[in-house]
Amino acid sequence: MSDVVEKTLTALPSLLSLDSQPGSAKLSSTSKLGNLIRGITELTSKHEEEKLIQRELASIKEQVSSPNTSMMKELMVRAIYCESLGYEASFSYIHAIKLAQQGTVLEKRVGYLAVSLFLNESHELLLLLVNTVLKDLQSTNLIEVCMALTVVSQMFPKDMIPAILPLVEEKLNHPKEIIRRKAVLALYKFYLIAPNQVQHIHNKFRKALCDKDPGVMTASLHIYLQMIQENPEGYKDLTASFVTILKQVVGGKLPMDFNYHSVPAPWLQIQLLRILSLLGKNDQSTSEIMYEVLDESLRRAEMNHNITYAILYECVKCIYTIHPKSDLLEKAAKCIGNFVLSPKINLKYLGLKALTYVVQQDPKLALQHQMTIIECLDHPDLIIKRETLELLFRITNAQNVTVIVEKMLEFLHSNTDDYTTIDLVGKVAELWFIETMNTVFSVGGDMMQPDIPNSFLKLLSEGFDTVEEDRKLRLFAVDSYVSLLQGEPGKLPQRFLQVISWVLGEYSHLREELEPATVMRLLAKLLDMKQTSSETKSWVLLVFQSAQEVSETYGSSMDTVLRQRAQELQHLSQDCELRARVLPQDAGLEPLEVDSSLSFLDGFVSEALAAGAAPYKPPHQRQEELAQAKALSLEPYGLSLPISMSSCSIADRQSPTLLSMSSGLSGDSTDLSHKGSSTTLKLDGVKRVWGREGYLAQREAVEEAAQVEVPSPLRSPSQQAEADSSHSQTPTPTPTPEPDQEKQQLASSLFFGLSSQSSVCLMGKSEPTPQRFRRKAKGQASSSGAAEQISNSLVSAPSAVDNFLCNNLLDSNITSQVGISSSEQTSELSQGPATTNGTCDTEAESTDGDIKGSNPSLIIGDNGLVAADPTPHKDPGSPKDFCLSSHLPAELSELCRSEITPLCSNQSLGLSACHVHKEDSLVLVVFITNSSDAAIRQILLDLDSEQLQVIYHDVTSHSVAMHQFSLTVKRPSVHVEVVGMVSYQLPVGTPQESLTLCRFSCRPLTVSTEEYGTMWLSFSHDTKQNLTLISDGEEPLTATLNVLKEKLQLHIVEIIGMEGIIACQLLRDQPCLMHCRVHADVLAVWLRSPVPDLPDCLIYHCQRALQEH
Amino acid sequence: MIKFVLMVNRQGQTRLSRYYQPVELSRRAALEADVVRCCLTRKKDQCSFVEYKDFKLVYRQYAALYIVVGVTDTENELSIYELVHNFVEVLDKYFSRVSELDIMFNLDRVHIILDEMIQNGHIVETNKSRILAPLTALDKMADG
Repeated sequence: MSDVVEKTLTALPSLLSLDSQPGSAKLSSTSKLGNLIRGITELTSKHEEEKLIQRELASIKEQVSSPNTSMMKELMVRAIYCESLGYEASFSYIHAIKLAQQGTVLEKRVGYLAVSLFLNESHELLLLLVNTVLKDLQSTNLIEVCMALTVVSQMFPKDMIPAILPLVEEKLNHPKEIIRRKAVLALYKFYLIAPNQVQHIHNKFRKALCDKDPGVMTASLHIYLQMIQENPEGYKDLTASFVTILKQVVGGKLPMDFNYHSVPAPWLQIQLLRILSLLGKNDQSTSEIMYEVLDESLRRAEMNHNITYAILYECVKCIYTIHPKSDLLEKAAKCIGNFVLSPKINLKYLGLKALTYVVQQDPKLALQHQMTIIECLDHPDLIIKRETLELLFRITNAQNVTVIVEKMLEFLHSNTDDYTTIDLVGKVAELWFIETMNTVFSVGGDMMQPDIPNSFLKLLSEGFDTVEEDRKLRLFAVDSYVSLLQGEPGKLPQRFLQVISWVLGEYSHLREELEPATVMRLLAKLLDMKQTSSETKSWVLLVFQSAQEVSETYGSSMDTVLRQRAQELQHLSQDCELRARVLPQDAGLEPLEVDSSLSFLDGFVSEALAAGAAPYKPPHQRQEELAQAKALSLEPYGLSLPISMSSCSIADRQSPTLLSMSSGLSGDSTDLSHKGSSTTLKLDGVKRVWGREGYLAQREAVEEAAQVEVPSPLRSPSQQAEADSSHSQTPTPTPTPEPDQEKQQLASSLFFGLSSQSSVCLMGKSEPTPQRFRRKAKGQASSSGAAEQISNSLVSAPSAVDNFLCNNLLDSNITSQVGISSSEQTSELSQGPATTNGTCDTEAESTDGDIKGSNPSLIIGDNGLVAADPTPHKDPGSPKDFCLSSHLPAELSELCRSEITPLCSNQSLGLSACHVHKEDSLVLVVFITNSSDAAIRQILLDLDSEQLQVIYHDVTSHSVAMHQFSLTVKRPSVHVEVVGMVSYQLPVGTPQESLTLCRFSCRPLTVSTEEYGTMWLSFSHDTKQNLTLISDGEEPLTATLNVLKEKLQLHIVEIIGMEGIIACQLLRDQPCLMHCRVHADVLAVWLRSPVPDLPDCLIYHCQRALQEH
Repeated sequence: MIKFVLMVNRQGQTRLSRYYQPVELSRRAALEADVVRCCLTRKKDQCSFVEYKDFKLVYRQYAALYIVVGVTDTENELSIYELVHNFVEVLDKYFSRVSELDIMFNLDRVHIILDEMIQNGHIVETNKSRILAPLTALDKMADG
């Protein structure tokens, strides 16, 4: 069915020339809507669009006011068009409401539709609709009731709900399922916009949940999902019901029409799984009820289709949300493996998303897939990279933070999207800035230059670009510090404690759920600790700006600085006005200006001088004087002198150390230069933590760790093989590709910190370490296998080329003559596939949506002109297999090949193609025939897949040029499309032709039954499916197999009773085996192959072959 | 949750748009152009899900027509991807071999079908015959 969609849609570009199309035939040529659509399709610029729509709007406006109801529906659709192109048609709103009121049934529906598209929920015109809805709800015509309920469940004025609520409630008992279902959905809408209006009918929701019709039950789940989200506790008693429903759905108890691609009601399953995960979260007894059905869901979802993976994803999420059960977790983990290892990129994405969710509960799981994660990190598709970074963000810890941040920064360099940048920068800042600084402070500790904490605090207080970013960063800092203080603050260096207390004092209010008292208690603990230095205590005291009792205790302290702080505190706490002036609320946001000349003290100084104080002497002068006065140096004492805080009270809390330095500048008593040099001296012995590229010690540590982490077996392939073989259950050893070593290192640095606890292994094996390596090796095996497949361009094309479809994408400057000839071709060619091979494989979306496209990766010799006899052609479009086959090179002409099929042609140029099965590859041969009298110059044959371009210089008149492409396909797929374009230069114009080729083909594989047996066991990829049997007279099994043999060139190895075995291959080394057994009325088929997607492809083609029979 | 459903052709013209969260008319054209650009620039072998601002786009191509669905981050992208296909299958069943022109000439009917499937950003019906039941009943009444 779906192939039909694809086919008709493929032909669309050519359908846009509207005449002769069935769709347009329905409308008279004078139809206004037809004109509008024609106008829209012909638009080439925004300017034209605006002109067209303005004209259209004027015309609608004119007609809408003349009461001609027969036109109203069309006018509404036209207005919808204008609005969907972004032009307001507000004058038509009232007419939409009128149409819903007065029109015939179909007009009414369009009127309702227009209302729901035009108006938003708060639009005042909506009130005018209430009466219409009321009337329709009471109508005897079910269709009218139905559409009224539909519009109500889309939008309804909140205040008017009571007016219609009784009517809607009544509909819950309606005999028709569709009315009951829509009534439930309308109630859901009411619940969303005004939950208290429907509170009294909660028991009716329960009734809907138990409705005998699955549709009504499904509708009620929307309400339940919403209510359970808000209050999971209130609905625990329903768990068993949801479980029973899911069990029935999974067990296929629903009517067949609920299936989607033979999966029973997949979206319903997803909805139920979401509900269950909400109910089971943090609740062991409720979770226990659902273990069985979850297990069953995992088991049932074996079919290889996107939708089963969508269900699996939801199932895995549920299993990891509810109370854990080990064997389910194990199965779910395995399931995630299937996702992330999938070659299908959509599944890989979903796998990463699942993993991101799961690692939050169990970081060790990331270890199992570390190599895949590394590969995804370098994936060409940004979204995969982005999702991987998200995953890494979740497993960041102190050990791997540097590597992960590095990766994030790398991504930022290549990223252009603003939103992502903001998001990532925030994460980097969170992770790196605070975490790194934490390490810097803990490691560097008291040996650090005082300006490091200063500049850190300055950065934190002045912030970055956005308010939101700053808030997040500060919040992160607060969280991280609170947890540090809750640990063992006694071990932290003094300077770090100072930073911590400052940050907590400034920003702990950002974390709302954090009680100020808690912070105070934590900080007070610091004050009580013996090892806390007095400087730190003074920082802590600063935080306690309002804590009077503390300041009283310390107000009588022996330490002058402490006493001064405490006094200041007391002072401030008593004088509110002063506090407001000195400590403005958000002062931290503005950079503080420090008046280093201290001019504000001039008055004070002159006063003091006048009172007889000694004039100020610079430190060096004092030193000299001291040296002269006494022979003893006072240097050692210089350090221990307390830093004066005399100027502190003028400044705010900004950053005490800064202030103490400025007070040092005032030359009170400390020799700053001395202090500085002594600090540097001490630092010499310490490892340098900062280098050009950032934090040095961290990286070294990680690299060391990497060496520890990756033992030799992983480094050398041979050793690895030995290691592998020493485990009995090990799969076939695969040599590790050399470049992987780098990745291994990256892996160990990324996942460092997770591995240390890996002894608790999810897979439940007792030997954790070898287990891990084994898994790694397995991952490599598959990835290197894939690489092999891709790189080997000579072994090629599991799917092949047979058929060319042609659509003309004509330039506007082409003469009308060419235009006509091309439309003929189009019609001819759209029939093409159906007639030539009867498989018309234009469809791919439904089975294998994401694999499409092949790579013509090699051009094999012989290109260029093949000299040939001029062959006059009367009709260039007809097949000339015989004539053209003579142009085949000798080495190809003897091989099995497809018919030479004409692709497209015009008066001067004809294009044909065929494909040849070479032993080891598939060759696409394209013939270009010049049937005109003049030479055609500069022909370009341009294949879309890889911008492969072949240039023929000229083709002389009446001759044929031939070209070969060797096709390689990265993976087998149901459908391969190669699109190409030919352009050439004639004296007039540059016509371009585009071609599409597609077809799946395989060849028989002759094996004996014994060989078959051994091969069967060694193949890893399999699929099972039921096929319909063909029964025309003959014995059904033989008949069916013969059809398959004929259509798909399979080799029937043997038929024994009700069983048969079949073999085929795409190319050498790409076999696929098939085992069939007649089972009641169907043929149960089991396919196995070493090539991942091949069984699925083949089963698909078997189904088609049988359908067409 | 689904934020919007768009049907756009390769030239970036909107064929159908349905928003489940209010977006001002004046901002829609720009949003749609942006969304289309996001999807059109992607190659066939790339993932069918794209990050766009604070939500995700799920898109699927049928010949020259793209169907793009905007979803929140909590949504299961793959299920939406298949929902799109289910929608196209329903259209195909109704129009028997649907083409872009069918959609353009029957915009109202396509909307009615979509309304049966998605409401308030939630998937409300996926059963093909049930989706089509109200519309076929309407057609019958209009004929008879």
